[in-house]
Amino acid sequence: MSKTKDILISPIFANNPIALQILGVCSALAVTSSLNVTMVMCIALTTVTAFSNLFIALIRNQVPSNIRIIVQMTIIASLVIVVDQILKAYAYEISKQLSVFVGLIITNCIVMGRAEAFAMQNPPLPSFLDGIGNGLGYSVVLLFVGFLRELFGSGSLFGVEILPLVTNGGWYYSNGLMLLPPSAFFVIGGFIWLLRTWKIDQVEKAEYTLAKHTK
Amino acid sequence: MASKDSISRTVMVALALCVVCSVVVSTAAVVLKDKQVANAANEKKVNILTAAGIDIVDGDLQAAFAKVTPKLVDMATGQFTDAVDVKAYDDVKAAKDPALSNALTATQDIASIRRQAKYRTVYLVEGENGLEKVVLPVHGYGLWSTLYGFIALEGDLNTVAGLGFYAHAETPGLGGEVDNPRWKAVWNGKQVFGADASQPLIGLIKGKALPTAKHDIDGLAGATLTSNGVTNLVRFWMGKDGFAPFLANLKAGEA
Repeated sequence: MSKTKDILISPIFANNPIALQILGVCSALAVTSSLNVTMVMCIALTTVTAFSNLFIALIRNQVPSNIRIIVQMTIIASLVIVVDQILKAYAYEISKQLSVFVGLIITNCIVMGRAEAFAMQNPPLPSFLDGIGNGLGYSVVLLFVGFLRELFGSGSLFGVEILPLVTNGGWYYSNGLMLLPPSAFFVIGGFIWLLRTWKIDQVEKAEYTLAKHTK
Repeated sequence: MASKDSISRTVMVALALCVVCSVVVSTAAVVLKDKQVANAANEKKVNILTAAGIDIVDGDLQAAFAKVTPKLVDMATGQFTDAVDVKAYDDVKAAKDPALSNALTATQDIASIRRQAKYRTVYLVEGENGLEKVVLPVHGYGLWSTLYGFIALEGDLNTVAGLGFYAHAETPGLGGEVDNPRWKAVWNGKQVFGADASQPLIGLIKGKALPTAKHDIDGLAGATLTSNGVTNLVRFWMGKDGFAPFLANLKAGEA
């Protein structure tokens, strides 16, 4: 695999920011109860990560190292505000549902993590691709969680009814837990388990071993 | 040339970055402002029309909204007022302005809103036979958030014609069911007042309300606190500190 392709593809499964690095879980809990909202959040986060990586990589040789974190934050915050403004103007309904979470992209560890770990050492183009790749990795997990939560919590996908709910005269009793943020913990846990069953090298070494005969 | 980490260089980079970023952010805010303000205004109009049960034909919001007349009500007297321009008046902002609002005492404030605007915008729908519907703004605290909405009353000023919330942050699927069209439909035809036209009786009960119960609304399953909040906010705004004096005046033709 060429290096460019590797930068773009590897964060999706091999080095997934949520599943392997366990970054950015907070928004994965908050915005995944319906797929429409999840989708917009994914696009917003991918855009912000890609462009913040690009701009930070462009000025990486000019930035004094003692204020580099503040510089990164300023760039990320500006991008997030721009994205928030655009959503309010062109996707008003969805921006209302995302409410504070667009603003919270600023504190999403993935954006900051990639800026510090990748964009500060690499040229603009690979950094941009790395941002897109990590955004996609985040999106894969979010869409997986959103799919399960909306299907079993609301009986619909993208707002289209799949399992007719009892409250609407159907037969499906919705799973109330799926509508609440903590359910995403279980779903993400399940995702990580599936991923590590498939890619065994991601399994972490146990920090201790049980003494003999303890079981 | 000074090294990358010198103080002068640090200050320069920080300044340049701030200037560039502030220009980008303010440009985005200024360019998109008109569209955002229009969106928020449209959203409110759609909710007023939905509560009043007026259909928007061919997506022409302005034509549908022309059927509605906004008017200001002085909450102290329950009379219409021209003290401020109704088009420029913002109820939500006024409720936060000490000059335009009154603090509520703990016993009055069952809806947990703390301050009440002195004037409120109401929307009248006139038909061939005089007043058909009146749409009143309501708000109050639920479980996580303040719910903002409208309640529409029929011409008899007692029967509910519709209810809807345009802004809230209750739990999706539980308290968020205040947006469920089936639940909202339960309100239609219910009576706000009993024999006494200053004591609102309408409210949510536990479980399903009987179709014959005039004042009972289905409770929201799994959302007791949101249900209580909705009951309290409707009772507050329909009560003596809310629109009851205005409704009495309007009924007597003295508003």
